[in-house]
Amino acid sequence: MAFPSFLKTLLLGLLLALPLTAAHADEAELREILGGFAQARNFKDVETVIEALGKTGDSNAAPALRALNDGNLQVRADDKTVVIVTRRGGQEVMVDPLTDEVIAPTQGVTLDKVKIKNSIRRLIADALSGLTLMADNPDVRISAANTMFQNADESQLEALEAALAEEENARVRSRMEQARAAILLKFSSDEKTRIEAVDTIVSRGDREALALLNGYVGQTEGALRTRIEAGIGSIQDVQAFWNMGQNVWYGISLGSVLFLAAIGLAITFGVMGVINMAHGEMVMLGAYTTFVVQQIMRDYAPDALNYSLAIALPAAFLVAGLAGLIIERGIIRFLYGRPLETLLATWGVSLILQQAVRTIFGPTNREVSNPSWMSGAFELGQLSITWNRMWIVVFALGVFVVLLLVINRTRLGLFMRAVTQNRRMASAMGIRTPWVDALTFALGSGIAGIAGVALSQIDNVSPNLGQGYIIDSFMVVVFGGVGNLWGTLVGGLTLGIANKFLEPFAGAVFGKILVLIFIILFIQRRPRGLFAMRGRAVEQ
Amino acid sequence: MILARFFAGGFRSPLVVAGMVIILALAVLVPVLNLAVPRGSAFHMPDYLVPLIGKYLCYALLALALDLVWGFCGILSLGHAAFFALGGYAMGMYLMRQIGSRGVYGNPDLPDFMVFLNWKELPWYWYGFDSFAFAMLMVVLVPGILALVFGWFAFRSRVTGVYLSIITQAMTFALMLAFFRNEMGFGGNNGLTDFKDIVGFDIAAQSTRVGLFIISAAALIIGLVITSAVINSKYGKILAAVRDAESRTRFLGYRPENIKLIAFVLSAVIAGIAGALYVPQVGIINPGEFEPANSIEVVVWTAVGGRATLVGPIAGAFLVNAGKSWFTGVLPEYWLFALGGLFIFVTLFMPKGIMGLLGLVRRRKSTPVDEMSPDARADIAPNAAEQQQ
Repeated sequence: MAFPSFLKTLLLGLLLALPLTAAHADEAELREILGGFAQARNFKDVETVIEALGKTGDSNAAPALRALNDGNLQVRADDKTVVIVTRRGGQEVMVDPLTDEVIAPTQGVTLDKVKIKNSIRRLIADALSGLTLMADNPDVRISAANTMFQNADESQLEALEAALAEEENARVRSRMEQARAAILLKFSSDEKTRIEAVDTIVSRGDREALALLNGYVGQTEGALRTRIEAGIGSIQDVQAFWNMGQNVWYGISLGSVLFLAAIGLAITFGVMGVINMAHGEMVMLGAYTTFVVQQIMRDYAPDALNYSLAIALPAAFLVAGLAGLIIERGIIRFLYGRPLETLLATWGVSLILQQAVRTIFGPTNREVSNPSWMSGAFELGQLSITWNRMWIVVFALGVFVVLLLVINRTRLGLFMRAVTQNRRMASAMGIRTPWVDALTFALGSGIAGIAGVALSQIDNVSPNLGQGYIIDSFMVVVFGGVGNLWGTLVGGLTLGIANKFLEPFAGAVFGKILVLIFIILFIQRRPRGLFAMRGRAVEQ
Repeated sequence: MILARFFAGGFRSPLVVAGMVIILALAVLVPVLNLAVPRGSAFHMPDYLVPLIGKYLCYALLALALDLVWGFCGILSLGHAAFFALGGYAMGMYLMRQIGSRGVYGNPDLPDFMVFLNWKELPWYWYGFDSFAFAMLMVVLVPGILALVFGWFAFRSRVTGVYLSIITQAMTFALMLAFFRNEMGFGGNNGLTDFKDIVGFDIAAQSTRVGLFIISAAALIIGLVITSAVINSKYGKILAAVRDAESRTRFLGYRPENIKLIAFVLSAVIAGIAGALYVPQVGIINPGEFEPANSIEVVVWTAVGGRATLVGPIAGAFLVNAGKSWFTGVLPEYWLFALGGLFIFVTLFMPKGIMGLLGLVRRRKSTPVDEMSPDARADIAPNAAEQQQ
């Protein structure tokens, strides 16, 4: 009954016609060895079968071993065939251990579990990693090599060296060499071999290598011990370097989020001297726009969902910008010259927007999906960098550059700078300052909206989204200096990195408190922030 | 003699005296209607209303404290709830110590949450809170000293306007984060609660509640007398001068930073006392009280009632909170709409609040600088930017 799949294996073996086939047992042989589980009378017999399976070097035996480990490898009482018991389509079925084909439901069949104990589990793990060293997928081979590295076992040396001889992928090779070194260090009696092994392990330079070497410090002496201690030292240096790198990266990542959240605020505050308390809600509007855009695309264009952010960005800019325009025209323009009152009125706006979103979308978190190009992570040396964080940093820099161009190269930017520096003079020169105010406010709000699109990718989209960022945004703006894009960038990154460097020593919350205290003290020294703005109208 | 003359100044304004009489009437009427009138009677005041109105009295005191700095000194503090909460925590710590061995774990030396966290001994900063007098001292000292240090730094470096508002907000936010931490030893997230008795009286008894109510009303009246006396004193005049034209006052030889500091500390102490009276009436204090939103809400009570009037903030605190109690009971969904709308409406259309609407505010001889248009301001102080640097 398993004929077609048997044929397939054979065909594949022929086609490949590689040295690999030497390590591959054919299916009949494998089946015969597996049958040994049915005959096994005690643990000793089971161990023999596992070892035999391990020796075949055929990764087809891996599923059976995994099932054995989980207690799902069972023997039919009637015909003594070995099967894997699992759930398929809602019912419990027997599956062929080699072909993964369903044989029959378990109902009405008497099954005996192949019994194992903890020492056998270890044996299974070893056998499995030996088998997986030959797998086709390089990631599987790497993880197998890593397992071997951690539980060095002399009996696997042979399998490892065989695999190493055939391995062509450089990444896998180095992992395998490290695993081999771990085994040699443990079991070799030749001092020179062991010293070489230490060097190989040191070249790995990560936490596992450190843990491994630390285990040998007490057990060795002489030249080997010196070598190990030197190795530990150098790994620790490498680790310290990468830890620093990790902190800097986390800091940049947090800093770019802070920057995105604060940049819109910096613009509105810079030009109008008004702290817009509803700024966080503009961010929230952007995030909810992303959600709505994705919902619509799910219904009408599910294939293009990966590009939803490209539509959400302009949409969020328009929605938040329009909201900002309405707020400016409807409320803020009546309150110019009364910054504290403006602060209160915009706080009222923020309460209304929050409650409106809560009423429309509900109080719970809304699911915003990550496009595939933003999920996952990549390794840079020993840093693991997630794509979404990476893109947000890139995006923040992009926003910064665009804003810089808008402010320094466009007519609106010129007007904005003029009004910021001297409102009366600008007005006398024929600039319609109310019009500039309205557009500036819309621009700042729109930027907050697109920040919301970015934040929707890493944070919960809930009515409280904006509240979480508002105080941090203020801190960035007052720290960096009002109305200065560079100040906001430097402020955001500095605070982000400071936060992440304080965290390991002080804990996340206490680190944040320290940063807040630092800012309060900083404002005493430089009440106008890092990059103080020059101009009369800044003062209120 | 000097003191008597100072306090006599507190009764100079007929409006303030009227406010005092109304609060006094409340202080007499509520206990009588609650305790003396038989339960079946239509005039009987239900038990739950006593601590509720008592709570409003504490809020009113807090709003009064904020008005002293915002209305009369131009400092918009967005962190006044922090002083309120600190006073509350000092009182809460005393009440925790009064529980003794009646807690869930029955430990006579440690409050429940410390037993739960496996603490072995009382942290040093809890020493002394067994004594009521010490706790009351802390109610005044802790907010006062915080305000003194904070204000001394802030006013000396001439941090003003929106910047000051933001750092006061940062202060209350930092305190909130700190009090949320279990390691701080103030009960973390849950705060302090399960109080049993206060100076020997059962805290849940109706008579104790009425007693606390009367004390709160008295505290509000005293607060009104003191603030009114301050405002009508010579110092109060300088305070208003600092608010209206800080630079000019400085050029006349006054030290605006010290003048502001006195008002700020006094205001923080009053807020702390309000918090201390609030805690036994609601039975709990937790880090949520430090939330920046709470401080901003206090500002809106003051704005609704009428800033720079002493009776206004009290009326505002009562009206807004009564509205909140009613709304959250009837239309909980819409309370934030109403509150947000109130913020906008009051700032746009009622800059002088209810008191202004009723025509009860004496017409100001001149417009304060911070309410002028930027252009007009530039005319008065063309070099404002430079001198503030």
